[in-house]
Amino acid sequence: MGGWAIAVHGGAGVDPNLPNERQEEAKQLLTRCLNLGISALRSSLSAIDVVELVVRELESDPLFNSGRGSALTEKGTVEMEASIMDGPGRRCGAVSGVTTVRNPISLARLVMDKSPHSYLAFSGAEEFAKQHGVEMVDNDFFITEDNIGMLKLAKEANSILDSNIRAGILRCSGGEADPNERPPNQRYAPETVGCVVVDSQGRCAAATSTGGLMNKMVGRIGDSPLIGAGTYACDLCGVSCTGEGEAIIRGTLARDVAALMEYKELSLQEAVDYVIKRLDDGKAGLIAVSSKGEVAYGFNSVGMFRGCATEDGFMEVGIWE
Amino acid sequence: MGWAIALHGGAGDIPRSMPPERREPREAALRHCLQIGVDAIKAGRSPLDVVELVVRELEDNPHFNAGKGSVLTSNGTVEMEACIMDGNTKKCGAVSGISTVKNAISVARLVMEKTPHIYLGFDGAEAFAREQNYSVPRVLYCSSKLLRASSWLIPPREYWGMETVDSSHFITPENIERLKQAKAANRVQIDYTQPIPKAEEETSLPNGDSQIGTVGCVVVDGYGNLAAATSTGEAIIRATVARDVAALMEYKGLSLKDAATYVIEECTPERTAGLIAVSATGEVTMPFNTVGMFRACATEDGDSEVAIWHDEPCD
Repeated sequence: MGGWAIAVHGGAGVDPNLPNERQEEAKQLLTRCLNLGISALRSSLSAIDVVELVVRELESDPLFNSGRGSALTEKGTVEMEASIMDGPGRRCGAVSGVTTVRNPISLARLVMDKSPHSYLAFSGAEEFAKQHGVEMVDNDFFITEDNIGMLKLAKEANSILDSNIRAGILRCSGGEADPNERPPNQRYAPETVGCVVVDSQGRCAAATSTGGLMNKMVGRIGDSPLIGAGTYACDLCGVSCTGEGEAIIRGTLARDVAALMEYKELSLQEAVDYVIKRLDDGKAGLIAVSSKGEVAYGFNSVGMFRGCATEDGFMEVGIWE
Repeated sequence: MGWAIALHGGAGDIPRSMPPERREPREAALRHCLQIGVDAIKAGRSPLDVVELVVRELEDNPHFNAGKGSVLTSNGTVEMEACIMDGNTKKCGAVSGISTVKNAISVARLVMEKTPHIYLGFDGAEAFAREQNYSVPRVLYCSSKLLRASSWLIPPREYWGMETVDSSHFITPENIERLKQAKAANRVQIDYTQPIPKAEEETSLPNGDSQIGTVGCVVVDGYGNLAAATSTGEAIIRATVARDVAALMEYKGLSLKDAATYVIEECTPERTAGLIAVSATGEVTMPFNTVGMFRACATEDGDSEVAIWHDEPCD
């Protein structure tokens, strides 16, 4: 094989009753991002540059749960997180608790390139951003009407939910609500965004960005910024995951795809299938590319917004099975 | 089969020339924590309780980089982090950016048990810790002598306390001095057991490789139930070290010892990492590719070890 390949996702776990217009909007966004990545690849940009570029585009569009359009914390604010990993050398960068940086994925890249560390969070991350003259905005910038509405619904149902649930599919927490008991994660959190790329030099990279769970506790960190869980890239492959953060963390999902290829010598698709099958009671999905130019995806949730393309002309955008 | 426990107080270029007044308190601490763990196992506490108990003890000890004695940020403050995992249920909990709670590992455990999340950071983590108010005077937490005498005296978990303190509690004069040196040399100090080298011409940013010097404990009980806890690096993140040991056992069929050795020797750069591990069948291993690693272990069949360097166990 060989040649470049790219995949993008906009989250696993889709409302089966999602109105057609929304489905169309999503597919158009995915297509636009794929094309952005494809022209970058054709201009010989490296994998790490392409994943950053594409995720920035996904963050800027309010449709998915990252950057603008991020899910809200229980306090109605936005706390974003992201991570990026460069296969050669396995360099990585991640941020959490980002509230005023316009593109969290670029901040994660800066952490990777310009700091002695791999992961910065909260005020330390914002401070670092300021020092580097990164574009900052008010927290309001990221908040959309849609999500304010979703948060209200979530609070009424006393649950934590993904931002794709519309009214009517909410479960109330039951009579005896213990004020000290945290509402359970009702559904998986879709609409995290991500991109994986292998360039024509066989270098893999991966990037993931999210606003997290609707109505999450302030300070909650999910799988998206965790190297090995939501994001991983090495000599063999690049992987970005989405879905129930807790299940992805516990199963070190992204790393497992690579470990299976490395230690059990499975092919990319075999590794992806194996990992998805093994998700215990969690719902998740992932996209992956291999250094050989292959692309693969898998999910055990109801739907995953995704798109993929390879150098030999293959291109596909989808939502359902 | 049988139970096994291992704990560590950090790996690094621990100089063999370390003077006795620095070496002895650390060896004694390792021995003490090992004993606490062994007593708790013999008293029938779950692996999860044991790792938490032992790591709490390591956190309270000012000689290790966790809890009291934590190294300082560039602002001279303390920001602690910890995580805990239950091998059987694969449930886990983690916290970062803790600055006023005495035992970060206990907060991590509460995140695991009392929230729908796995990981809380900074203000959110501190606020959560404060909400969990079971705090009982430490006088109820017995010394290890009493523990050995009558193991029923190990108080139930509710008495272990979620104490909050002023952040100055964690700061030691030693670390204030280290920070000064690090700033003077414009370096991120990698190995807290070493004096800071003189500043050479720095062509690029100081490379903050693996934050050596955290503490940790792993336990397996006689039934094969496992738990692991760590309180406080880059090489380790990049190589997903902990997961890789398990992955090698699972996917390549390696033994615990071979898997752990492989990860340390092949997957992490020299002089950057160490780990402790136990298997469901009661084995224990503690490989490291640094000059030394403060460590201790014990198994049900009576073996025990407290050591710092590769070939010179200290008892």
